[in-house]
Amino acid sequence: MSSVSIRQIRKSFAGLTVLDSVDMEIAPGEFVVILGSSGCGKSTLLNVIAGLDDCDSGQILINDVDVSSLEPSQRGLAMVFQSYALFPAMTVRRNLSFGMEIAGTPKAKIAEKVAWAARLLQIEALLDRKPSQLSGGQRQRVAIGRALVRSSSICLFDEPLSNLDAKLRAETRVELKQLHATLKSTMIYVTHDQIEAMTMADRVAIMHKGRVEQFAEPQTVYEKPASLFVAGFIGSPAMNFLKGHLERTRRFKTHDVCLDASSYGFATEPTAPEAILGIRCEDVNVVERGTPDSMPATLAFTELLGADALGWFDCLGQRFSVKLTVDAARTMQKDVGFRFNMSKASFFSAATERRL
Amino acid sequence: MKTWLHRQTFNPDITVAVFFGVVAIFFYGSILWTGYMSLTRSTLIPSYEVIGFDQYVKLFTNYRWLVSCLNMVIFGVLFIVGTLSFGTILAILADRRIQAESLFRTIFLYPLAVSLIVTGLSWRWVLDPVNGLQGLMRNAGWESFTFDWLTNPDRAIYTLVIASIWHSSGLVMVIVLAGLRGVDNDLWKAIRMEGIPLWRAYLQVIFPGMRPVIASCVVLLMSEVIRGYDLVIAMTKGGPGIATEMPAKFAVDFYFARVNLGLASAASIVMLLLSLLMLLPYFYSEFRKRT
Repeated sequence: MSSVSIRQIRKSFAGLTVLDSVDMEIAPGEFVVILGSSGCGKSTLLNVIAGLDDCDSGQILINDVDVSSLEPSQRGLAMVFQSYALFPAMTVRRNLSFGMEIAGTPKAKIAEKVAWAARLLQIEALLDRKPSQLSGGQRQRVAIGRALVRSSSICLFDEPLSNLDAKLRAETRVELKQLHATLKSTMIYVTHDQIEAMTMADRVAIMHKGRVEQFAEPQTVYEKPASLFVAGFIGSPAMNFLKGHLERTRRFKTHDVCLDASSYGFATEPTAPEAILGIRCEDVNVVERGTPDSMPATLAFTELLGADALGWFDCLGQRFSVKLTVDAARTMQKDVGFRFNMSKASFFSAATERRL
Repeated sequence: MKTWLHRQTFNPDITVAVFFGVVAIFFYGSILWTGYMSLTRSTLIPSYEVIGFDQYVKLFTNYRWLVSCLNMVIFGVLFIVGTLSFGTILAILADRRIQAESLFRTIFLYPLAVSLIVTGLSWRWVLDPVNGLQGLMRNAGWESFTFDWLTNPDRAIYTLVIASIWHSSGLVMVIVLAGLRGVDNDLWKAIRMEGIPLWRAYLQVIFPGMRPVIASCVVLLMSEVIRGYDLVIAMTKGGPGIATEMPAKFAVDFYFARVNLGLASAASIVMLLLSLLMLLPYFYSEFRKRT
């Protein structure tokens, strides 16, 4: 088990800042997911950790040793790639053993390692096949196997599941999680899929424009997003936002409506009154029109999702998504009222877009 | 209003049939006719009396033909190995993102735009013992400098190899470079992660993965070997003596200079069979992959 420290990594390319002072401390044995949309710098960050890309400044420490100047193969890392990157003309067995051969590992040890990895990943029957004779899922297993036999205590994953179909992706996700529990190695996993991030990660780092917006446990990221970007990025459908003024009396004023925010735990005292209220679709309660402390809302349409349903309402001149039970959605009236569960809401500063 | 022509719906089968007809008559028809001629006693005028395989027996007891075949093997092996190695090395260098890559690419591809006749002529001048490289060095004061391969019966075949490698390396470079550019970037990353030395990466990972590309190059070069005629004519005219005779030149000589239609046809048919024989491994591997 190894720890990884990422310190003040900066990288710009042709005037464009790709990584902007990225700091991360990854504990030994942790499963960290780096999540972000394409172009946010997440893959570049992984390549910098691996040593495949240079950074302009900053340090990478593995077990408190600076590895910034080491070649990728000397950093004690293994990596699994999106396109699998298997050696095309070699059998699966050779794919697994080739790296160890180069490193001068004794033959008996190589055979033992290959057998161990093949058993763990259930690819024993495929050992004498060529990569071109394998399916996508099988290739991914071999790629993981090639990373495992390096017996490094840190494994990097660069969107390993995005070339698989949905069903296989869900299965492999579970298997990877089990693999992590068995091997207890440190894993850094890059993805753009928030379901992968939420289900697999011990901690998620959400990246945006080369910065880490939030680095916390998945549930924290969902319940207490650190910035407006994280709040909008995590969760489906996206969080509902309302612009307004936050008064000193802990009341939130928007469109002549006053909401009591006294149950909300403020992390920082707001410096400017302009604020944005964020509320998840499951934290909006639909009540009868005219109930005290409620806002009038009008149903636009409903979507039945099988287990539950989504209602889309117009309230205060904005479109809101609300999670409903299927029965409630079927009998929903057009004119209703909204009450927000303020203890679960989020407030963001309109100026800095950070959480208050 | 539509014209009569617009209203006609052309059947694609007819269009294709015309094309196939042309190919059948002029291509396969010619082959069949040549095959037929090789079984007759034809000399200047075609004779249609079949005499069996006498012409083939004559061919394979003809010293000049045997020398031609041996020359083709020597030339072919050296040319293909040399061009592949040289072109591949150039492609690797170009792929390592050298400075002014496109300039070098143009320089190395340029010989391909020069016809083999011009190539042969230029190299004949360069290698000419009196007026070429040897003369230049001797005039510059290096009296003992000797490079007379062009006029040396034991070495003349190698001058053909040098000239044709110069001519074709650019083609191999471009094809291999295209293959190298198609290599997945992740594969290179995996190679770096595993710490594989560069030469082993190319030899054991990259090039084995580019087998179809290499095979295409070999097939292209092979066809150049078998039909090799113009370069010989321009550089050595088969000489000194018969030191650089080639099967294609043998066939042309016997068709037109020595007017021995039967023997020349037999030589042509043997060349056709040789071509098919050389392509066999390629077709075999392609066929095996499909099934």
